[in-house]
Amino acid sequence: MNKTKALATGGAILALLAVPAFAGPDEDSLVINGETEIVTEAPAPAHLEGVLDTIYSGWRFRSDDTQALEMDDFDNPAMLAVDAAAATFETVDGAAGKSCASCHEGGPESFAGLGAVMPKVRESDGKLVVMEDIINECRTERMQAEEWKWSSQTMQGMVALIRLQSRGMPVDVAIDGPAQSFWDQGKEMYYTRFGQLELSCANCHEDNWGNMIRADHLSQGQINGFPTYRFNTTGLVSVHNRFRGCIRDTMAETFAEGSDEFRALELYVASRGNGLSVESPAVRQ
Amino acid sequence: MAEGVKPRVKVPKSASAGEAVTIKTLISHQMESGQRKDSDGNVIPRSIINRFTCDFNGQNVIDVVLAPAISTNPYFEFDATVPESGEFTFTWYDDDGSTYTDTQSIEVS
Repeated sequence: MNKTKALATGGAILALLAVPAFAGPDEDSLVINGETEIVTEAPAPAHLEGVLDTIYSGWRFRSDDTQALEMDDFDNPAMLAVDAAAATFETVDGAAGKSCASCHEGGPESFAGLGAVMPKVRESDGKLVVMEDIINECRTERMQAEEWKWSSQTMQGMVALIRLQSRGMPVDVAIDGPAQSFWDQGKEMYYTRFGQLELSCANCHEDNWGNMIRADHLSQGQINGFPTYRFNTTGLVSVHNRFRGCIRDTMAETFAEGSDEFRALELYVASRGNGLSVESPAVRQ
Repeated sequence: MAEGVKPRVKVPKSASAGEAVTIKTLISHQMESGQRKDSDGNVIPRSIINRFTCDFNGQNVIDVVLAPAISTNPYFEFDATVPESGEFTFTWYDDDGSTYTDTQSIEVS
């Protein structure tokens, strides 16, 4: 008995020594609250042919401790902001005397599915809109209230609440038709080297995903779990805030949150995750 | 007066007699330490949860004193042995004198 155990331990040590230089995604599977199954690995969408075979959620690149926080909503710190947003949804604000619930009588649940197809081109004016745009337009035009700051916890809590309604559904943003020109713009940005370090998104998230960048395990840079709770800032982080941080780290002048450039990039990066589940709000380091 | 305070508790719905169940609690609270100053240099007054208790059918399970160094949104996770069906009562005591309570019942088969 003891010998078997000793042998097993020896085997484990050997396995540890044999860790390859390329540490890809782990083999864990993500089920939230013991019921919502999340697709964290999917065949890459057609437009990534020759670039990536398989796409992985960033969850697969995180440590077990970080992963565990996302597996139970009670443990997920992002849910505090989501709860606050659910209360805000019912709160009257602005000169029109309306709350979100005044118009959206079905509650946040009525947005099920929306998170999976955003960003998208709005038919009425041909503009590419992201979730923050829709929320602020409701606030300024229909509620006649002040708009929220892009990356404020109030705004990102509301984005998270709306995207939460689509959790588990496959990301499926449109890239053709009216979206084509925005998508092309986003793709060009993705492959453009920025800053003094002359790095493009692709240099890290396409050429080197799975490798370590100093102490950090590089993911494919998927945004299916945004807004994401980060320990780094102990708050929800918007997609545009993350883009800005990445470009800033290349030592470049970055684009503004809510700029048309970032809208296009958000569409393109979202489309690279077509097939993964919406995972918002995710937890990352 | 602390704002946006909301207690949250997670207790299993059922258990077998004598089983140790895991209980998770969290209260959203700013936990202002009383050590910080605002932009004018004035001390921001202390405002924390200073005590947390859990009772089961009137019997105390845990009783915790909280100090100013404890961070925002204090979270407690602990195991409790449940001898019979009953009700857990959770109470948080705020510096401003208010108390927040939550109750959860558990079925023992």
